[in-house]
Amino acid sequence: MSDIKVSALRHVYSAGTPFEKVAIDDINIEIPHGQFVGLIGHTGSGKSTFIQHLNALLKPSSGTVMVDGEDINADKMTAKNVRHKVGLVFQYPEYQLFEETVYADIAFGPKNMGLNEAEIDERVREAAHFVGVPDEQFEKSPLELSGGQKRRVAIAGVIAMRPGVLILDEPTAGLDPAGCEQILRNICDYRTQTGSTVIIVSHSMDDVARLTDRLVVFNHGAIRFDGTPEEVFSQPEELRSIGLAVPAATELAMELKKRGLMLPNSIYTNEQLEKALLKLKRRAD
Amino acid sequence: MLKDITLGQYFPGDTIAHRLDPRTKLLLVIVYIVGLFNAVSWWSYAFVIVITGLCMYVSKIRPAAAFKGLKPVIFIIILTALLNIFYTKGTPIIEGWIITWEGIAKAVMMSVRIILLIVGTFLLTYTTSPIALTDGLEILLNPLKKIKVPVHEMSMMMSMALRFIPTLIEETDKIMSAQKARGADFETGNLMQRAKALLPILVPLFVSAFRRADELAVAMESRCYHGGKGRTRMKTLKMQGIDFLAFFFGAAFLTVIFVMKKFGL
Amino acid sequence: MSSVIKIENLHYTYPGDDVESLKGVSLEIERGSFVAVLGHNGSGKSTLAKHLNAILLPTEGKVLIDGIDTADEDNLLKVRSTVGMVFQNPDNQIVANVVEDDVAFAPENLSVEPAQIRERVDNALKAVDMYEFRLHAPHLLSGGQKQRVAIAGVIAMQPEVIVLDEPTAMLDPKGRREVIDTVTKLCREKGITIVLITHHMSECINADRLIVMSNGDVVADGTPQEVFSQVELMHSEGLAVPATTELMWQLNKEGFNLPLTALGIAECAEQIAKEIG
Repeated sequence: MSDIKVSALRHVYSAGTPFEKVAIDDINIEIPHGQFVGLIGHTGSGKSTFIQHLNALLKPSSGTVMVDGEDINADKMTAKNVRHKVGLVFQYPEYQLFEETVYADIAFGPKNMGLNEAEIDERVREAAHFVGVPDEQFEKSPLELSGGQKRRVAIAGVIAMRPGVLILDEPTAGLDPAGCEQILRNICDYRTQTGSTVIIVSHSMDDVARLTDRLVVFNHGAIRFDGTPEEVFSQPEELRSIGLAVPAATELAMELKKRGLMLPNSIYTNEQLEKALLKLKRRAD
Repeated sequence: MLKDITLGQYFPGDTIAHRLDPRTKLLLVIVYIVGLFNAVSWWSYAFVIVITGLCMYVSKIRPAAAFKGLKPVIFIIILTALLNIFYTKGTPIIEGWIITWEGIAKAVMMSVRIILLIVGTFLLTYTTSPIALTDGLEILLNPLKKIKVPVHEMSMMMSMALRFIPTLIEETDKIMSAQKARGADFETGNLMQRAKALLPILVPLFVSAFRRADELAVAMESRCYHGGKGRTRMKTLKMQGIDFLAFFFGAAFLTVIFVMKKFGL
Repeated sequence: MSSVIKIENLHYTYPGDDVESLKGVSLEIERGSFVAVLGHNGSGKSTLAKHLNAILLPTEGKVLIDGIDTADEDNLLKVRSTVGMVFQNPDNQIVANVVEDDVAFAPENLSVEPAQIRERVDNALKAVDMYEFRLHAPHLLSGGQKQRVAIAGVIAMQPEVIVLDEPTAMLDPKGRREVIDTVTKLCREKGITIVLITHHMSECINADRLIVMSNGDVVADGTPQEVFSQVELMHSEGLAVPATTELMWQLNKEGFNLPLTALGIAECAEQIAKEIG
């Protein structure tokens, strides 16, 4: 189990210099084990700063981060060990690959945890399987792979630590639609098969709308909305006022309502809109 | 954080110091250094300090910014001071102590000299864009082209390096965080282990630097770069009135220092 | 002469590869038009782009820019200053430490007179709305701003065509919008021909023409409306169509009768409202 509890979290960059900047302030949030959370907000809204607190890469200027009821910044050892529990995949993770073979790179995390050979092997194979990296590629150099494959190897490197919480910062950035789709499917598989918490930072409203069960919207270093996709996307005007888009389906539903169609308030995927429209059409016929 | 390094950073502005020709400033820095090393007494030091302060005032550099730039060399300053305190013979401050009045005086003088040296060169890099600086160097070194020194290539490489230092520092930070997230440990272990722990940072950094270099080369070519031949410059360097004025002040500065030296001041 | 780029039976194989990356592409691109090229990774779209300013030369066939063969070495600078390129990674194409010095880089290479460079640089920065940042250090700008500086760096060559090779792939939605708005404006107001290589279909909607590439060949070519309405083809190429088209296509399978050419949200809503009545 990996419950996360963040209270009154504040982080200030370059404190005490003319470049001082409050990145996040007064963040309070609880994420129970097993949730699929989408984090959205502009570049610079504090999302990236926030997620780096969940595995103690950044230390709070004030406030606490608890994982499993334990303050992760209590001492150095706890801060290090929490990284085994909370796996963080950075943006463009393929740029951190460094080993000579794919296998060795995926094994880097488990090795750092001090596991024995057999355990490491099991975890590498399991992680590779989750992201669809076949055994034949184990002995290849990561540099020989295509962009999408590299990305999946890098994600496997974090999954191999079997984190109870998997955080991904824009895992689909820069990939083509087919590559995006595959990565998102891998992540969903990992979640359903392990029951882990997954937190995904994304700019794609359509993706978070159809995948996650909770959305947290950051704006100017604070949490602006926190709720189910249904709740969050039922306030499209507010989202737009902070410069965020809404899913295309929501936008289209708004236009249709303007034209007098009776649609429910909670439309945020194409499937929902299609169903609602079919119902209307049947009634009209 | 690596990002805090400000060594050799340029602060855009529009002061007299900014408007001076980079060649003038390069030469003045040499004049300044010669002057500094010929300052032998407290009086001449005071004179150099006043002049440095004046230059900082004219170029609108806040003392805080200058001192921030000193951070990376504080260790060297302290070391020099300590060596001088302990290894200068003279009158002990208390009977039987190794520390002497002369030692203290020399330590202070040497520290001030290093600080002045650094601050003086900062005045150059703070008020001169790296491009202008490399341009100035390129022209000053131009005579070397005659003996087949690739002056243009060298100055181009220098300005590229300056351009990519912040980018690569940022990238190093990112890679470090990413490896830490995978449980990497850069802080404990013996020297051998620590050196080995750097591989996960250095390998990706090199791979990325090569990729960047490759892409940059294509981008430069597609913007019609074809070496230094026939290249014009938007900002042509032209000595103006203030440059000659600056040379006059530089000469006056040196004269004062040498006169003081001659009279033992 | 209405076409500024003329590609005749272009074949290209990367050295050391045994598969052709481009398999006989023939295209003409009209002066002043906004052309989007869509395709998944490895479809050959970037390889095609690199042929437009002689970064790559055809293995077979010809590429003519304003009538000049890109293989003609004597005219290399002419070709490259006629067709400017903007690349994916904004960091790796900015050469100088100050924005305006970077924009001046190309005209300096072209031996333009200093006073004229100044004028070109100022105009280029104004055209991409970055004039007030002219003295900034590029590494402190946002991704979208960096890309606009890169575009200004190309405009300063006064090119006929700007080819952008996935310029938005590394940007956030705001940066993406900035870049697309900028190139659209350059095309509509200054008459610069735009060739936009992308895999974001939403960026193609306002183009005059949409070319879909797959496996080193052109598989669809027409207005965005014409191309996106071929939903099955797009799906089989692993490409998405706009959410509006996708919805209407699904609804049509369920007995609706909607024109797949309504790409915009408002237009699409109009059609659906009419249908349901």
